Amino acid sequence: MHYLAIATPTLQRSLTVLAGICLTIFLIQLADRIKPRSYTFRWKNISSRIQLRVVWLSLGTIIVITILTGVGLIVGDYPIPASKAIATALWDRNGEYDFIINSLRFPRIIVAILAGMCFASSGLIFQSLINNPLVSPDIIGINSGAAVLAVAILAAGGNIEYLPWAAFLGALLTAALIYLLSWKRGISATRLVLVGIGINSVLGAIITYITIKYPIERVVAAARWQAGTLFGATWDDARTLLIGLLILLPSAFFLTTRLRTLQLGDETAITVGSKIERDRLALLAVASLLAALAVSVVGPLGFVALIVPQAARLLVGSITGGVLIFTALLGGFFLLGADLIAQRLFAPVMLPAGVITATFGGPYFLYLLARYNRAN
Amino acid sequence: MQTNPKTPSTFTGQDLHLSYGGPPIVEELTVTIPTQAITAIIGPNGCGKSTLLKALARILIPEQGKVEVNEVDIHSQSTKEIARQLGLLPQNPRSPDGITVSDLIQRGRYPHQGIFRQWSREDESSVSKALSLTGLTNFSDRPIDELSGGQRQRVWIAMLLAQETPIMLLDEPTTHLDIAHQIEVLDLLKELTEQHNRTIVMVLHDINLAVRYANNLIAMRDGEIKTAGKPRDVLTAQMIHDVFSIQAQILPDPISGSPLCIPVIGSS
Repeated sequence: MHYLAIATPTLQRSLTVLAGICLTIFLIQLADRIKPRSYTFRWKNISSRIQLRVVWLSLGTIIVITILTGVGLIVGDYPIPASKAIATALWDRNGEYDFIINSLRFPRIIVAILAGMCFASSGLIFQSLINNPLVSPDIIGINSGAAVLAVAILAAGGNIEYLPWAAFLGALLTAALIYLLSWKRGISATRLVLVGIGINSVLGAIITYITIKYPIERVVAAARWQAGTLFGATWDDARTLLIGLLILLPSAFFLTTRLRTLQLGDETAITVGSKIERDRLALLAVASLLAALAVSVVGPLGFVALIVPQAARLLVGSITGGVLIFTALLGGFFLLGADLIAQRLFAPVMLPAGVITATFGGPYFLYLLARYNRAN
Repeated sequence: MQTNPKTPSTFTGQDLHLSYGGPPIVEELTVTIPTQAITAIIGPNGCGKSTLLKALARILIPEQGKVEVNEVDIHSQSTKEIARQLGLLPQNPRSPDGITVSDLIQRGRYPHQGIFRQWSREDESSVSKALSLTGLTNFSDRPIDELSGGQRQRVWIAMLLAQETPIMLLDEPTTHLDIAHQIEVLDLLKELTEQHNRTIVMVLHDINLAVRYANNLIAMRDGEIKTAGKPRDVLTAQMIHDVFSIQAQILPDPISGSPLCIPVIGSS
């Protein structure tokens, strides 16, 4: 009886998660039925074209994110009736659930969505720029760069307030170092990846060194941070992410045309009139800033930047401005979903969201790959 | 095509010194490319013909000397401005994974686009013209990876066409193609110069095809132009010996009457 009492909720939750995954797969299959048509917009000198598929999928993702947000507000160790949860989140600041909703659950949900958007769009830019689907900021060492300084602060018992700044700085310094070390009469994508992987392993060694040098109780906090967690996310975090995204995502959006040109290889890119080194630097800077921003708030959450752009590419094709926005939304959905699962699956034990992004991300990735191979 | 890009009156390379940061590959080379005609560059491997083409396409910045279109140095103009005047098909162009035919061809429109001008009527008509000229209209939504080598080469040529440049430079446009596809590509280039006033410069390995299609033939060796001019005048047994170090007989082609180069086997 005792075991059953523990097992039943976990089983129920697992089934819910499974149902959610099945629903996602069903939606993907449904999305496949949408014909690849496009809509052209022209007014005076302004002209643009959007793939309708991207629009529909983006709208669908927004709806799913909204639903998940509602679910995230309602469920938890302390269930709150739906009407009260939504009222408290949107207008009723004096309700009895104000603290749980507006200080704990809602900011955490928003941070998950925004951080997911940062990671996914960063990953998409890296993958498209380097023309390699297996590249992401975590693999070329940008996340590790953030982790080195952050872990050093945590392990040495430094002021936690500086943690996001340290992580942000660490990520940017690493990105700059990779760029400088890859420079040899220009930047070659292959060299960038190799240098990045090299730096990543050096940084990994430094992190290991720090963790064995310092006392265990501090190191535990560092290890937890390294897995990537949304625990304790605040409105301040959400504001930081939002401001960063409002600057970086539009910049990335307007750079996609240049990115599409760079994808043709240096020679072709030059002959169609692109300034390759300038454009590449701008794109790497934006992608690194996006990753650094997210890591500074939620830690080096793995897999989101790797898998989500892949999934988006398989669903809507190679990068355009619209695909970038869709990928960002998909990243928001993915991290929000992962965090909800992380919180509820083994409740009251809460896992770091990073554990879920890795455990569910892997098989999801394989599923997409299998589907893609079948299509070809 | 209703509108043809404005034909330049001159296209020249003057006193070019070219290298890839190491030993010089081309020194003091001066060349004048006839406009609205096909120029073919021939020569042995490593003679600097691709290097010259890269310099003309401003991929390689000359250490000395300049390339001029309409008597204006191409490096003094904005990159997009010059990209509206000359385009290049590199030797081994790289296509991004999973990209479709029309997606690739559209990217050739980059020099005509701006931040808010992403898909104008001109963009649309140029792409569809490029598709129909290369016979790819029915393939436009197919991923490039699924196409044959010949079709893929046509996609790249279509991208170059969509760029709508009066000058088109092509580095070995017929490699990896069988004879039928070689003829198809060269016929297309011929049509482009004759009916659409394009100026074409291409590196070719097949001397006989170069002679048949080019209006102007340039023979290079060791970074120097050995001889240049009308193919009939340039193609001589002496030239073949000087440039390729082999013996050859030149016979009139029984159909077109143009000279035909027949290497004498075992003579080198």
